Amino acid sequence: MLLWNNAGVIISCRIMPAVALSTLVPGEAATIAAIHTEGPLHQRLLAMGFRTGKRIEVIRRARFSGPVQVRIGATDILLRKNEAEKIMVKKT
Amino acid sequence: MKRIALLGMPNTGKSTLFNRMTGASARVGNWPGITVELLTGKILLGADMVEIIDLPGIYDLHGFSEDEQVVRHFLHDNVPDLALIVLNATQIERQLSLLLQLRQLNLNMVVLLNMADEARKFGITIDTAKMAEALGMPIFLLSAKYGAGYNEALQAVTKALRYTTPGMAEQLRDQLEQDAHIESEMARILKHAVDLPARLPDNLTDQLDRLMLHPWLGLPIFFGIMYLLFQAIFLFGQPLQTGVNDLFAWLRDAAIVPLLAFLPAMLQGLLLDGIYNGVATVAAFVPLIVLFFLFMAIVEDTGYLSRAAFLMDALMAKMGLDGRSFVMLLMGFGCNVPALMGTRVMRSRSLRLLTMLVIPFSLCSARLQVFVFITAALFSPKAAPLVLFSLYLFSFGAAILTALIFKGYLPNSDPFVLELPPYRFPTARQMVLRGWHEVYHFIHRASKFIVAGVVLVWLLTHLPPSAAPASIDTLAGVIGGWLHPVFAPLGINEQLTIALIFGFVAKEIVIGSLAVIYGLGGEALGGALAHQLDWVQAYSFMLFTLIYTPCLSAIATLRNESKNFGFMLFVIGWSLALAWVTSFVFYQAARALGY
Ligand SMILES: Nc1nc2c(ncn2[C@@H]2O[C@H](COP(=O)(O)OP(=O)(O)O)[C@@H](O)[C@H]2O)c(=O)[nH]1
Repeated sequence: MLLWNNAGVIISCRIMPAVALSTLVPGEAATIAAIHTEGPLHQRLLAMGFRTGKRIEVIRRARFSGPVQVRIGATDILLRKNEAEKIMVKKT
Repeated sequence: MKRIALLGMPNTGKSTLFNRMTGASARVGNWPGITVELLTGKILLGADMVEIIDLPGIYDLHGFSEDEQVVRHFLHDNVPDLALIVLNATQIERQLSLLLQLRQLNLNMVVLLNMADEARKFGITIDTAKMAEALGMPIFLLSAKYGAGYNEALQAVTKALRYTTPGMAEQLRDQLEQDAHIESEMARILKHAVDLPARLPDNLTDQLDRLMLHPWLGLPIFFGIMYLLFQAIFLFGQPLQTGVNDLFAWLRDAAIVPLLAFLPAMLQGLLLDGIYNGVATVAAFVPLIVLFFLFMAIVEDTGYLSRAAFLMDALMAKMGLDGRSFVMLLMGFGCNVPALMGTRVMRSRSLRLLTMLVIPFSLCSARLQVFVFITAALFSPKAAPLVLFSLYLFSFGAAILTALIFKGYLPNSDPFVLELPPYRFPTARQMVLRGWHEVYHFIHRASKFIVAGVVLVWLLTHLPPSAAPASIDTLAGVIGGWLHPVFAPLGINEQLTIALIFGFVAKEIVIGSLAVIYGLGGEALGGALAHQLDWVQAYSFMLFTLIYTPCLSAIATLRNESKNFGFMLFVIGWSLALAWVTSFVFYQAARALGY
């Protein structure tokens, strides 16, 4: 897919677009493409099993834009929306 | 004495293992280099006594969370003779990273892969021999909860203790950057020793969650469970509490009063109404705390508390709190003391402090007694339920307002990335041990403070000896007089001010103290209050009673849970200020409106 900015210049040309984890709907699975976090949050995510290339599945989302429940391997994890926005995934 | 430290990620069963090893003998203690207290226990291993230390769970040895810092400092200043690394076998895939980090410390280590029972259910097979070879350290599969594999592991621990710890944790900080190769090594070990099913079987947890976390039914079910929990604690707790009170009253009349009869009246009063009543106050909390933690053990060990966090987070995040704070806040409506103790499940200190700041506004059952008495005396039976309901609204309002004001000062540094464990059945042993540990902790830490406070209030209301107890002539009366200009704008008279001083000790004794102050009891007291006060004054008094300091036991608990005297003073100060302003605004507005 190609992406242009207003001036018509190509700014991205990946085959599979990476989207934020927060855009996935429950039941969808994807592969982690990038983790745009730093510091404590980054380390916590790593320890929870977030690594590029891993399969991640969105299990459910809480009401009132509450947290999202995801599954990586055998671990189920709760994330808030703004954290989920920082994790880029490729749909599989 | 040799020392064994338990290390591992949160929720891997470290506490369960620790409890299995040490039983009811565990104690909290202070350690050099760190500010938090740790649970330790001494047991006989082989021929030697060894000390076992339960360290807080960590995700990453180099992490930034408070617990991770605590563990680093602990290891730095107290190198253990053996590190027992507990991993959750079902999550071996990701937990291996911590093990590999820890291995770099060159400590004497034994690795325990816990939750063997669950791993088997999930179809995960681990070849411990191969893994031990790959890692170069002893590895055992066990189930800390049910005991399978425990004895073998314990033998290995005993054996490993004979060796000395090869390395020191000195260079800990230099190693911060050495994690790069960990990932490839993880993959290598997993490939050889672990067989993971491609996908987890759709298990009981998934099916249960479909109901418990249902988009529409989840919240009603949550409130239903909270309601049942609440009812159960107080259905069983109230009679037990009454029983303890009766027992102490009986003991007092049957044994202590005759025993002290030879003493001068003043000293008798001090011993009986001061010290003895103080002890009785402490004792009255014991059944509540036991019950609370029996039930909390269920909510926590089953994994439902994390579900509560999921369900309530959207709302609570706005207040700087999380769903677990909300559970504790709700439980505070029964009794603030165990609810404050229960905040320990939150590992972020600022989140915990913020929660401890709001819990005291929960309208607990002791305050309810006061309100029921006063509303019955001053309001019509039709208005009374509305009045009580409005007080509950004020209670929630005060909590929400406080959270909103202070969330900026206590920013939660811990990222909200919570694990959602599978549902598990708690064992009776776990529940009983939990209740026992908490009661021990409460008595050990809070009793001196509470007894001292009760004695102080007794002295205030009985000195000088010439004055009639609790009258205007006592020290309390004098203080009440001084405070009169402060309380007059709230419509609270001097007698009620003295009752508020009593209420500082416990709300249960407010009505009793009014009976002493007015020299009347029961219906007659209600009549006298109705005669002297109008509804605006009475409501203002109730608002103040609701919002100011809950009771001495809650304060003692605040102090020893926060380990911070200043924080305790701050909570008292803030609640007094908020109580005053609320009552003032209410009273003056009502008067201005012509009531
Ligand atoms: N199925 C199973 N559950 C366990 C085992 N050990 C601990 N648990 C449960 O795992 C949860 C976390 O245990 P806990 O000891 O509190 O973990 P900690 O955070 O590491 O101290 C609790 O619900 C325990 O009952 C085990 O061997 N098998």
